[in-house]
Amino acid sequence: MGNEQDALNLVNEQVEYKWVGTRPIRPDGADKVTGRATFGADIDLPGMLTGVVIRSPHAHARIISIDTSAAAALPGVLGIVTGADLPELPNEIAAGGEAPINFRSVSENAIARRKALYDGHAVAAVAATSVEIAHEAAALIKVNYEVLPHVINVLDAMAEDAPVLHDDLITKGLEPAPTKASNIAGKVEFAMGDIEKGFAESDVIIERSYTTEAVHQGYIEPHAVVASVAADGMVNIWCSSQGQFMVREFCAKLLGMDIGRIRVTPAEIGGGFGGKTTVYLEPLAVVLAQKSGRPVRMVMTRGEVMRATGPTSGTHVHVKLGAKRDGTFVAGEMVLKYQAGAYPGSPAFLGGMTGFSCYELPNAKAVCWDVVSNRPKCAAYRAPGAPMASFGVESAIDELAQTLGMDPLELRLKNAAKEGTATIYGPKFLKIGYLETLLAAKAHPHWSAPLGPNQGRGIASGFWFNVGGPSSASVHVNEDGSVSVVTGNPDIGGSRASMAIMAAEVLGMDLSKVKPLIGDTGQIAYSFLTGGSRVTFATGMAVCDAAKDVVRQLRTRAAKMWKVTPEDVEWRDGSAFCTKVEEGKERAPLTLAAIAHGAARTGGPISGNVSINAAGAGPGFGTHICDVEVDPETGATRVIRYTAIQDVGRAIHPSYVEGQLQGGAVQGIGWALNEEYVYDANGRLQNTGFLDYRMPVASDLPMIDTVLVEVPNPGHPYGVRGVGEVPIVPPLAAVANAVSHAVGLRLTSLPISPPKLLAAIDGAKAAG
Amino acid sequence: MAKHHVTTTVNREPVELLCDPSATLLDVLRDELGLIGSKEGCGSGDCGACSVLMDGRLVCACLVLAAEATGHEITTIEGIADGNKLHTLQQQFLEDAALQCGICTPGFIVAAKALLDRNPDPTETEVRFWLAGNLCRCTGYDKIVRAVMNAAAKMREEAVHG
Repeated sequence: MGNEQDALNLVNEQVEYKWVGTRPIRPDGADKVTGRATFGADIDLPGMLTGVVIRSPHAHARIISIDTSAAAALPGVLGIVTGADLPELPNEIAAGGEAPINFRSVSENAIARRKALYDGHAVAAVAATSVEIAHEAAALIKVNYEVLPHVINVLDAMAEDAPVLHDDLITKGLEPAPTKASNIAGKVEFAMGDIEKGFAESDVIIERSYTTEAVHQGYIEPHAVVASVAADGMVNIWCSSQGQFMVREFCAKLLGMDIGRIRVTPAEIGGGFGGKTTVYLEPLAVVLAQKSGRPVRMVMTRGEVMRATGPTSGTHVHVKLGAKRDGTFVAGEMVLKYQAGAYPGSPAFLGGMTGFSCYELPNAKAVCWDVVSNRPKCAAYRAPGAPMASFGVESAIDELAQTLGMDPLELRLKNAAKEGTATIYGPKFLKIGYLETLLAAKAHPHWSAPLGPNQGRGIASGFWFNVGGPSSASVHVNEDGSVSVVTGNPDIGGSRASMAIMAAEVLGMDLSKVKPLIGDTGQIAYSFLTGGSRVTFATGMAVCDAAKDVVRQLRTRAAKMWKVTPEDVEWRDGSAFCTKVEEGKERAPLTLAAIAHGAARTGGPISGNVSINAAGAGPGFGTHICDVEVDPETGATRVIRYTAIQDVGRAIHPSYVEGQLQGGAVQGIGWALNEEYVYDANGRLQNTGFLDYRMPVASDLPMIDTVLVEVPNPGHPYGVRGVGEVPIVPPLAAVANAVSHAVGLRLTSLPISPPKLLAAIDGAKAAG
Repeated sequence: MAKHHVTTTVNREPVELLCDPSATLLDVLRDELGLIGSKEGCGSGDCGACSVLMDGRLVCACLVLAAEATGHEITTIEGIADGNKLHTLQQQFLEDAALQCGICTPGFIVAAKALLDRNPDPTETEVRFWLAGNLCRCTGYDKIVRAVMNAAAKMREEAVHG
């Protein structure tokens, strides 16, 4: 389709857009403010049963036996599933959508087989005619456990004598390969230059260890699914997820079914942030529906969400950063140890790839360790792996600035990555806008505003790759000239609005006549899931291509109606204009509606259908400024001013782009100040509700100011860069740096909760 | 277990139903009456996604037993608009892009209505503390707080000019 050339043309033209960059009301808005939007738990089918899951109360236990007889005998119980009902899958890494996936792990995480590996691990599930009977039946299922020693924390799990979760887990990436199983799933290294030489040439070296705790994505909508199996075995699934095609593929793999026998309809999704990029309940619901012959609905409680889904890794990150006296970075080294949860697959390698990527750093190395322990298997969380590495690096840079007596913003400006800068993971950056975010920060009144007593200001930057990948779009012209835009990506934060805007822009038509829809797996071709900040970029590109194809067809149809060639037809402002001047022939422009109305006579319905594998995603960079005030009596920290600045390429709907920056920043503030998974000595999660797992609320926060820097991505027709992930990267260090300046102590362990900060303040006082 | 007979008013309409004595108001709104706009985010009164008004007072429907609704007037998100004419708050949430995924939105709108019914001219701090019982994980609250303040201003304007 000539994407790249088209893209360059549009970006370089610097045209005034009619719709791109405006702030219309989102197309799905009315249903969402009136309570009519249908989310996963809202699906209701005739004869539907309720399914509930029985979960392990132990952090680590061998499952000796499961006796379901008493539950099965209870009137109203129509189906029970245990691990024995799902096929055993080979222990191998299969090609997944974005990253390789071990479907055996996904299956065992959905329902335990030989061992329960964390508090909350699903062991069995039951479907019954009412929720009361389902719970009664769940209590009657007798699981005989042999409790085993457990390990929760990453450094403990790496110890020689740690209890081993998987007796077949041999560390990958070590030469020679170990002969003994351990909890260390793998080691990955990235390097460029010569770090030993680099550190030898450094005048100043900052070296510290930083820790972060496991935190949950915290979506307000718990996981929910309805499954129905027809008498011919065809499976229908309705659920909220970040990808209906992901659910279809994962269920097919886990259940040993053909993809073609499963249809997945996406419900509205009540937040995901990466946490809904896998399956938990879906395969269980399908088996229960198969066994009972009835539709089955399963909805997690909040406690189940906390105990058994997400979170992201708690981490231990060691950073060593060397610089010249003038502030020039010379060498950087990171050792990252990330909790994977019960099965391998932490985002440690992504921390290693992203941590230094904001900077020109000629000599760099990152060693990434993926470590299992008796926690829920981690799931993607917004820029997976990047915030923790960035916390270490951006804290070290702040400390370096203090040591050198430099302004931390100037130090970043001096070393900022730009076009041509090499990354630790290989490629050199093309056109990026990191410098522009720093300059915008410098120019922002926030940066130079005065501070009061007990207040401090922090600055930090962050990077995320952003991805493209497979996306499909259909643009259908209706009989009256209105248009339907069908895509295959769940709308998690307003993407219908941006799809409609881009289609209307290409077609030159009235936005109110464009209706964006999200198709089920039978209605639109494959699209990779909503994640990686890819939808407005990749699916948007498919929409633009499909709309351009429609324009081509419209010109051909107009040419037929005028009996000229398509080259004689120009498409402008939603109408065809004939450029051929012929004596005595007045050819008034043909509107989209007029061409659509006559489509049957010129060749049939007009429709553009495009499937692409989008390349050219533009990396994203952000810089955040945070002011805090610390109460030295209690150790409580309050964020009093916050500014998030980001290169967004081009904002299709600026309000929803700002919203991404604001929401990401606040999730990062929660990560920095409050949120953490707390386990007791028995390995049981102690804070399974929102009262104890304290996410930021409105009264904790100021307004979150945003600055959208627009350095268009040459790889997209309108210059779009993904925006969703970057904003959660800078806040951890921005907050910690601000607290460090407010109290005059370097805080290296998150969350900076009141007791922890108070102990640090009191400790410093005691030490004089 | 014998079902409990409940006679109540939901969104100005008389409602009669039989429910399990342990059923919450949220259970019967969603499962018996099909009013799915009230959401269950936690079941423990911490997230506010099930916010409804009971005789004008803001409550979490997950913390009220259905049996307790007898003789009271319940207003849910479905009762906020006047037919298909959106309430000023609903319209302002759309105009200010005060929602992303939208799961928390019904609760926020109901809670904000309870605030503006009491205090038509709240400060930003008052809005933030009143809405502290409603969790949103997408927006960082900025645009929600602005939408409530902007809606309040419009409603004051409407009250003056009719």
